[in-house]
Amino acid sequence: MFGQSRFAQVFPLILAFLAGMGIQATGLVGDIVSYSSDIVYLVQQHLLLVAVSGSLAILFGVPLGVWLSRPAMRGYSESIMQTLNVGTTIPTLALLALSMSFLGIGFLPSIFGLFVASLLPIVRNAYAGLLAVPPYLKESATGMGMKAWQILLRVELPNALFVIFAGIRTALAINVGTAALAFLIGGGGLGELIFTGIDLMDTGMLLAGAVPTALLAVLVDFVVGQCQLRLVPRGVNPLR
Amino acid sequence: MITLENLTKVFETPSGPIVAADHVNMEVKEGEICVLLGPSGCGKTTALKMINRLIPHTSGKVFINGKDTDDYNDTELRRSIGYVIQQIGLFPNMTIEENICVVPQLLGWDMGKARTRAAELLEMVALDPAVFLKRYPKELSGGQQQRVGVVRALAADPPVMLMDEPFGAIDPINREIIQDEFLKMQATLRKTIMFVSHDIDEAVKMGDKVAIFRAGKLEQFDSPDDILAHPVNDFIADFVGTDRTLKRLRLVKVRDAVDTTVPTVSKQDTLEKAGSLMTEHDKEYAVVLDRDARPVAYVLRGTAEAQRGSVADHHVPLTARANAEADLRTAVSEMFTHDITWLPCVESNGKYVGCVTQNGITHVLGETYRRGGEH
Repeated sequence: MFGQSRFAQVFPLILAFLAGMGIQATGLVGDIVSYSSDIVYLVQQHLLLVAVSGSLAILFGVPLGVWLSRPAMRGYSESIMQTLNVGTTIPTLALLALSMSFLGIGFLPSIFGLFVASLLPIVRNAYAGLLAVPPYLKESATGMGMKAWQILLRVELPNALFVIFAGIRTALAINVGTAALAFLIGGGGLGELIFTGIDLMDTGMLLAGAVPTALLAVLVDFVVGQCQLRLVPRGVNPLR
Repeated sequence: MITLENLTKVFETPSGPIVAADHVNMEVKEGEICVLLGPSGCGKTTALKMINRLIPHTSGKVFINGKDTDDYNDTELRRSIGYVIQQIGLFPNMTIEENICVVPQLLGWDMGKARTRAAELLEMVALDPAVFLKRYPKELSGGQQQRVGVVRALAADPPVMLMDEPFGAIDPINREIIQDEFLKMQATLRKTIMFVSHDIDEAVKMGDKVAIFRAGKLEQFDSPDDILAHPVNDFIADFVGTDRTLKRLRLVKVRDAVDTTVPTVSKQDTLEKAGSLMTEHDKEYAVVLDRDARPVAYVLRGTAEAQRGSVADHHVPLTARANAEADLRTAVSEMFTHDITWLPCVESNGKYVGCVTQNGITHVLGETYRRGGEH
């Protein structure tokens, strides 16, 4: 039993080692490393795209979700959410293309396209999370004499925070992957290596873009996950 | 003191107006608990929530300690009224301490003072502050949460409390315990309390007054004993149940039904003395007390008259006793259990008070009915 589980632990490591040896033998690692100065430069560009568009999406998305969840908006919120849902069915590439046709090429249209692409999960989770706060908590808060904004800040948002963070996590994971497409409309980023690699049939160059993109996605998800773990109060955090 | 004056609520619905409260008039005196009772949809909760304006009233007035509540804004009014709901409504994102400090903070108390108050209140409901202050609601049992829910409403020491089926979600055993705890607290705090319930037993136990609603109308507003003894109409009689006289057993303490004329003897006394005492008082038995005035046995008149010797040789040990502070229901249950018609009644320190008999109980309960017949 013990030996078996020990083997199960070690087996993936052996596989990874063998795969590593195989990759090393093809000379791809050397190819990737030869692009290291490009990678460093493009990773910064890529992260800038993600950071700017992601922050904008959070800054707009969360308040929008809050606004849609207010009782005064009850009549309209569902139809607005449906419109946003239809918005997500537009392929991201098409979104970037549309953005380019309005805003031209470069950084700005890329930011706009990425912003729109990551907006929906954030709005939807903020909206759903706030609606899921039990009505009796709001009644209790009202009955104790809290004002509407105090209820929002002290009861509703803290209790919806975990779900809101989950939305941000999804949005940023999508964002990191999608940012690779920004190259197509002149926004730069790791897409430059990926798409040029594809065009030149240069696997090393392609991987020099793809591997850092994948690692960035994992890293961003990890960082937001840590924020979720630490910032959401213990009483309403299923992770703690 | 809470006064409702012609309090009315009309809900406008697509299928026409619905009257949820129809000119409700009542007055709850300072320090009393008034239980609002009735089937679901009768308007009791609406009446309650109109007091702290969670539901705005259509017409009528609410006075608290003589002041018209219309003169206060919503938040001001609500912060001065304790509010407890069935779902408890502790904020899961806050610790127990933060939960209790909510209203004091809203009122601008100094944090140190609010924290001291929170610890004080937890001690009042037998929850160790050192253990519980920093915990989150999900780390407490249902009963503990409800205790915190009640003390949270008491945090800013409001003169008036509204409780909407506060113990409804707790299992029957814990409910009894929490009800008793709450009554004990209320005995010292003397808050004026409106309490919604759908359980007649809870109403009889908790209420100084009971108000029974039907279809938005206040049908009867009386003491629990009068509601049970003199229901004003068939609806009330049906609602309180055909066993309403049995329910009244809960309202009377053993002490109030005690017969103190039963003779007492000690073991050293002669049967002759015991017999003459029983003849003198016209009783069929005498209670034997020990040196500390605790009842230990009894002797029958037949035995005393037929035999000679000392009480010690002919007494019969007691099988049961009733506590003077217990209610008659407990005493009657004891009698049925042991197949006897009377019980000696003792103080909590064991000293003899008198005897409670089935005849005596019937007499006490019957008194109210005879009184009712007169007017």
